[in-house]
Amino acid sequence: MTMLPPPSTKKLGLVIDLDICVGCHACAVACKEWNDGGQFGPLPDENPYGREPLGVWFNRVHTYEVEPEENNKPAMTVHFPRSCLHCETPDCVTVCPTGASYKRAEDGIVLVDEDKCIGCKLCSWACPYGAREYSEVRGTMQKCTLCVDRIYNETLDEYDRQPACVMACPTRARHFGDLGDPQSKVSKLVAERGGYDLMPEMGYKPVNKYLPPRPRRDGCAAPTATMQEENVDFSTASPLLRWIDKVLSR
Amino acid sequence: MHPALSVIFFTVISGTGYGLLFLLGAVLAFEPRLLSGNAAIVWLVLGATFAAAGLLSSLLHLGQPQRAWRAFSQWRSSWLSREGVSATLSFVPMLALAWLEWRGVDAQPLRAWAVLLATFAVLTVACTAKIYATLKTIPAWHNAYVLPGYLLLGLLGGAAWMWILHIVDASPVVATPILLAVLAVASAVFKYFYWRHIDAMPPAATAESATGLGRFGAVGGVEAPHTEENYLTREMGFVLARKHAARLRAIALVLIGVLPTLLALLACMTQTRMLEALCATIAVISVTLGLFVERWLFFAEARHVVMLYYAAKADTTQHA
Repeated sequence: MTMLPPPSTKKLGLVIDLDICVGCHACAVACKEWNDGGQFGPLPDENPYGREPLGVWFNRVHTYEVEPEENNKPAMTVHFPRSCLHCETPDCVTVCPTGASYKRAEDGIVLVDEDKCIGCKLCSWACPYGAREYSEVRGTMQKCTLCVDRIYNETLDEYDRQPACVMACPTRARHFGDLGDPQSKVSKLVAERGGYDLMPEMGYKPVNKYLPPRPRRDGCAAPTATMQEENVDFSTASPLLRWIDKVLSR
Repeated sequence: MHPALSVIFFTVISGTGYGLLFLLGAVLAFEPRLLSGNAAIVWLVLGATFAAAGLLSSLLHLGQPQRAWRAFSQWRSSWLSREGVSATLSFVPMLALAWLEWRGVDAQPLRAWAVLLATFAVLTVACTAKIYATLKTIPAWHNAYVLPGYLLLGLLGGAAWMWILHIVDASPVVATPILLAVLAVASAVFKYFYWRHIDAMPPAATAESATGLGRFGAVGGVEAPHTEENYLTREMGFVLARKHAARLRAIALVLIGVLPTLLALLACMTQTRMLEALCATIAVISVTLGLFVERWLFFAEARHVVMLYYAAKADTTQHA
């Protein structure tokens, strides 16, 4: 059914910390590995060992440079993982002609039923975030499942019941939880760090939130006058250093 | 957007087919006795063939065409599903009219089915247009021009073929060349304003809002997530057409506007049947080619906001 369910109280999603992501792509690789063998897999590649491999990944990590308007400030490099945001009002669900694309009423996860999908690609056109990738090999659309086959899997240890990308992140830049519960750890993190929505003007109300990079301290990256060796001033240094400077300057 | 040939063929040919069927419905609704039974059946078969050929071609675009029947289920939310339902239902008045014309039945039921046929023809093309017009992610499609544009160009294609029907004595409507000239001028003017609109459009989003990093400054790509193409860059990142867009637009305007108008006027001035037949044939070729160019541009020129994530620094202002 591609009508959206009434808003759920439980809104499972991810919080991604752009301040500490180092762009290592471990999340993307762990995601590909789990989901290739998971309930919604496989994720076949075309021409995997050839010249131009092409295949479905649910997670893509971009790297951007942000140039501040003030000229004297250094540019900032930001690594930016991009995946499905499990939006509250996504058009990718409502445009689906078959009912293959759906949003779960109980926890808000957006999924594709691979047995119903006809591969018309319209849902991928409706998504501004590029969360859906079509598989030529399977003839169907594929997307992030929020590892629904892990997070409810009682055969796994409780600690392991998290999405593969969250488990794999070496810097803990990814957090998983219920963003519909204001008391949850992820909701508190979002409130504390000013977590935000991507492209809010599209009106899709993403559940996933991004935490902004913390502001860089001015001057710690740009070379300044005092850092030039010929300008080092020994008059304020300790007597020992002043003596060494005097001896060596002879 | 990647201009898939199956979708271009589908929208042009089924649009023309439904244009033709709408005109047939309109003629029969106003004057059921104007057409002979055989003439009406020839007209119906031509329209139905175009509509069906277009619909079958749209199946080629699917990854799992054998599941296409599932697309009838989600008409409550999806314009693509509504299009499938409406297109299928449109064959009911077609069959009913064919049967009535064949049996030579009374004017009254004929009139009712003709109205129904015209209605479903409009509905089906409107659904096709709405599929595109409802996509907020593609500003060139998400505007008020797209729906009337599809209806107008479908009617133009239909009118060009109606002239051919007139030549082969399947249509007694003598004013067809005039109708074609009016529609050709209207279509060209409409497309001109559509292109002017999309050229002046403000961007739907920016690299800054897409990443949320605008508060820190101007955002530009340093490294893409993948070294090769992926589905997104192939499907949404089509850039080939833009280099020749201005020339292709001019070609489309000549083929759908200028040439058919001149041919229609020429035909009106002469009384030679041969010359009129020649004019009608060139007009239908010109309109069809023009519609293909126009539809190719409709896809190839449309930018998808997702490409903002892939935008290099120098490119950010041009995208979406």
